[in-house]
Amino acid sequence: MHNPEPIERILQKYPLARRDILIPILQTIQDEVGFLSEEALVKVGKHLKMPTSKIYSLATFYNQFRFQPKGKYHIRVCHGSSCHVMGAVSLIETLEQSLGIKSGQTTRNGLFSLEVVTCMGACSKSPVIEINNKHYSTKSAEDLKKLIENYKAQN
Amino acid sequence: MDVNTNISDINFLIQHTFSNESELSTPNVEEKLSLLRRSRISKPIIFVGITSSSIIAGALETLDAVNNYVKERALDIEVVVVGSIGMCSHEPIMDVQIPGKCRISFSQVDEQKVSLILDGVLNNFVPTDNPIGQYQNSLHQAWTGVPFINELPFFEQQHRIILKHCGVINPNNIIDYLAFDGYKTFANSLKTHTHNELCNIIEDSELRGRGGGGYPTGSKWKKALMAAADQKYFICNADESDPGTFMDRLIIESNPHLIIEGIALSAYAIGASKAYIYTRSQYETTVKRIETAIKQAYEAGLLGHNILDSGYNLDITLKKGPGAYVCGEETALIQSLEGKRGMPTLKPPFPTEKGLFGKPTVVNNIETIASVPYIVSQGSKTFKAIGTEKSKGTKLFSISGNVNHACLVEVPLGTSIAKIVELGGGIPKGRRLKAVLMGGPSGSFIVPEKLTTPLDFETFSSENFAMGSGGVTIYDDSTCIIDLVKYFMQFIQNESCGKCIPCREGSRRMLEILENITRRPESNEGGNTLERFKGVIHLESLAEVMRDTSLCGLGQTAPNPLLSALKYFRDEFEEHIFDRKCRANVCRNLRTFQIDIDKCTGCDACAKKCPTKAIIGNPRSPYFIVEDKCIGCGICEEVCKFSAVLSR
Repeated sequence: MHNPEPIERILQKYPLARRDILIPILQTIQDEVGFLSEEALVKVGKHLKMPTSKIYSLATFYNQFRFQPKGKYHIRVCHGSSCHVMGAVSLIETLEQSLGIKSGQTTRNGLFSLEVVTCMGACSKSPVIEINNKHYSTKSAEDLKKLIENYKAQN
Repeated sequence: MDVNTNISDINFLIQHTFSNESELSTPNVEEKLSLLRRSRISKPIIFVGITSSSIIAGALETLDAVNNYVKERALDIEVVVVGSIGMCSHEPIMDVQIPGKCRISFSQVDEQKVSLILDGVLNNFVPTDNPIGQYQNSLHQAWTGVPFINELPFFEQQHRIILKHCGVINPNNIIDYLAFDGYKTFANSLKTHTHNELCNIIEDSELRGRGGGGYPTGSKWKKALMAAADQKYFICNADESDPGTFMDRLIIESNPHLIIEGIALSAYAIGASKAYIYTRSQYETTVKRIETAIKQAYEAGLLGHNILDSGYNLDITLKKGPGAYVCGEETALIQSLEGKRGMPTLKPPFPTEKGLFGKPTVVNNIETIASVPYIVSQGSKTFKAIGTEKSKGTKLFSISGNVNHACLVEVPLGTSIAKIVELGGGIPKGRRLKAVLMGGPSGSFIVPEKLTTPLDFETFSSENFAMGSGGVTIYDDSTCIIDLVKYFMQFIQNESCGKCIPCREGSRRMLEILENITRRPESNEGGNTLERFKGVIHLESLAEVMRDTSLCGLGQTAPNPLLSALKYFRDEFEEHIFDRKCRANVCRNLRTFQIDIDKCTGCDACAKKCPTKAIIGNPRSPYFIVEDKCIGCGICEEVCKFSAVLSR
C-alpha cells in the first residue's frame, strides 16, 4: 500500500536506541505516512530493541495515534463540554450514519475518515466540525448531510 | 522584513533592559523604545488576532484578505499577528492603528468586512460597523464616539496580570516582549537573587498551583531545591485537555515569551538546568508559537550556556504529548516524557524527590508559571494585596457553554461565580440558568442559589466544591443534568488509564448505571423500575469508593460531577427513573412523540422518513404515531414543517 522507505529514513534520524525517543519517532511516522502500520511498528521495535507488543501498547494508549490511513477528507468533530450541549452528539450520529464508519475509521473508498476529539478550544463557535483544516459550525443535522453530500459530489 | 535591524533592535533592548535605567534614559532611547512599543508609529499598522480559537472562527481568511488589500493597493502598511484579548465570541478581531490616532479594534471581521473597515479607518473615519473599542494612549488622539477598551465593563471588572499583553503584542516576535520590560525580571534575578531567595519570594507570596490541586508552589520548589542531586528538572505542564477549557492554550499563543521567562525563573529557583514544556501535538498553533519563542530566546542569549554571563545554564525542550487526559497528572506526565504509557505512579516518592529519570523534578501548570515573573518583579507584597485572606492573586477562567459570549477572563481570587457568569455576557435570552460547572470532568455543579459563593481555595474546600483548572461551563435549562453527567463519565471511562481498579471498573459501572437510567425500559414489568432505582443507590456508594481509593487525581475527582448532581438535582434523577421523563428533552431514548391533529396537514413527510415505520395515516388527513414502534429518534420532529410533531 505505501512505500516502506520513509520509515527507514525516519529511523535513521534517531540513531540512539533510547526509550524516551519512542513517542517522537511514532509521531514523525504518523506525520509523514499518515498512520502507524503494523509493519512500521515492527520496524520501530527492531530499531529500539523493544518487543512490538510494547510499542503497540504505547501507541494504543494515546489518542493521537491511528492505525488506519486517513481518508481524502479527514473530518474532526469536537466533542467538548460546550459542543456537547450545543448538539455535537447528533452531529456525530449523523456522520456515523451517513458515512457508515465510527471514530478512528476510514470509509472503504478511502474518501472520508472520522475523528472525534475532546476539545478544539473554540467554544465560542460550538459545535465545531473540521474537514481538512476548513472549519464549520453547523448546528443542524440536515445542513451537515448536505455538506457531506457536497464533498461526495466533488469526486 | 530586514533581519539586520531585527538583531540590532534585540541588542538594543537587551542592553536597555539589563542595564540601570537611569543611565540610558536619554531622549534617544525613549524615542526608540516608544517606536518598538508602537506608541509612536511612522506608518499604519493592522493587527489580526490569530489563535487556535480565532482560526476556527476564520481569522486566517481575514489575515489573507488584509494582506491582499495592502498588496493590491501597494500601501505602506505593516500587518502584525497578535494573540487573543480573551473575547472569543468577537473573533476574528482586527485592530487598526494609524499615526497619531488610538489603536481601534473591530469585532467579527470576516473577509468581506475587511475592505470596508480599512477604507474607512485609513481615511480617518470609523465605518458603520460597531467597533469593540480603542486602546487608551495619552500620546494619541482618540476616536470620537468609540469607547476605551479598558473602560468596557468586560475589562473593567477584570484584574489582568497574566493577560496584560495578551492580544496586544506580537507573540511571534521577542522584540515585542522585550520592549515591555520582558526578561528583565529573569536577568535581574540571575544577578541579584540566589536560588533560595527566589523560592522564598514565591513562598512568601502564597502562590498556589493553578492546575487544580492548589498545592503551595513555594514549598514545592523548596523541596526540589533541598533535594541533593546532580541533575534536576523543571517541567511546564501545558497538556491542557479538560473539555471546554482553553486558558493555557490562549496564554501561550498570545504571549509565549512570558511562559519562557516564567520557566527560566522557576528553573533557576530550583537549580534545574533542563526544562521541558509538555503540550499536545494536536495543538498546532500552540506548538508553533512555543517553538518560535524558544528559538528566539536562544538567539538572544536568554537560554543556553552561561546565560548573560551569570554562569547559569538552562535548556528548554518542547515535548509534544500524543494526547491523553491522564497526562495532566504530574507522575503520568513524567512517565509519558520517559516514553512510556502515561500511567500515574504511587506517591510518595513525590516527583520533587524522584521524578523524571529518577531525578528531583518540579511540575508546574502554565498559569502558575505565568504568575512568577510578576511576583518576582513586583514583590510578594503587591501580589498578596490581590485576592482574599488565604487565596492570593488572580485566576484565569475560560467561560463557555450556554452563554452569550464565550471568553477568557482573569479575576482576583474571591470573585463570585455570579460575576463570572456576568462576564460571559449572561444566559441567552429567554433561558434560565440551570447550573455552572467549575473545572470540567473533575468539577462540581453549582446551582443558581450558590452563585454568590466566592471563588477561592478555602471556600471551595469548605463547600466541598472542586476548583479544577478554571474551565467554567455554564448550562441553561435546555440541558439535562443526567445527560451531562453521563457525558463526563463517558469521557473519564475513555481516558482512564486502567491501572487501578476503582477508576477503571468504577467508571465503567457508573456509566452503565447512567445509561440504564436514560434508556427506555424494554418491558413494563414491575421489577424494572426497582432495578433502576437500586442503580442510583449503588451509584452513590460507588462514587465514594472511587473518590477514596483511586490512585491519582483523575479517579479521585471523577465522581465529583455525579455527586454534586445527585445532591442538587435529585428530583431530576427520580424523574428519569420513575416517570421515564427527561424534562429538557435531551435524553433521546426517553422522548415520546405525538402528532398534533390540528396542525398536521397529512403531508406524509414524517412517515417517509420514519426508520421504524411507526407513523401511519392517510395523506391529507392527520397522521398518528404508534408508540410501541417508536424508538424516539426524533427524525419526525426535525422534518415536520408545520411543528405538528410534539415531544414530551
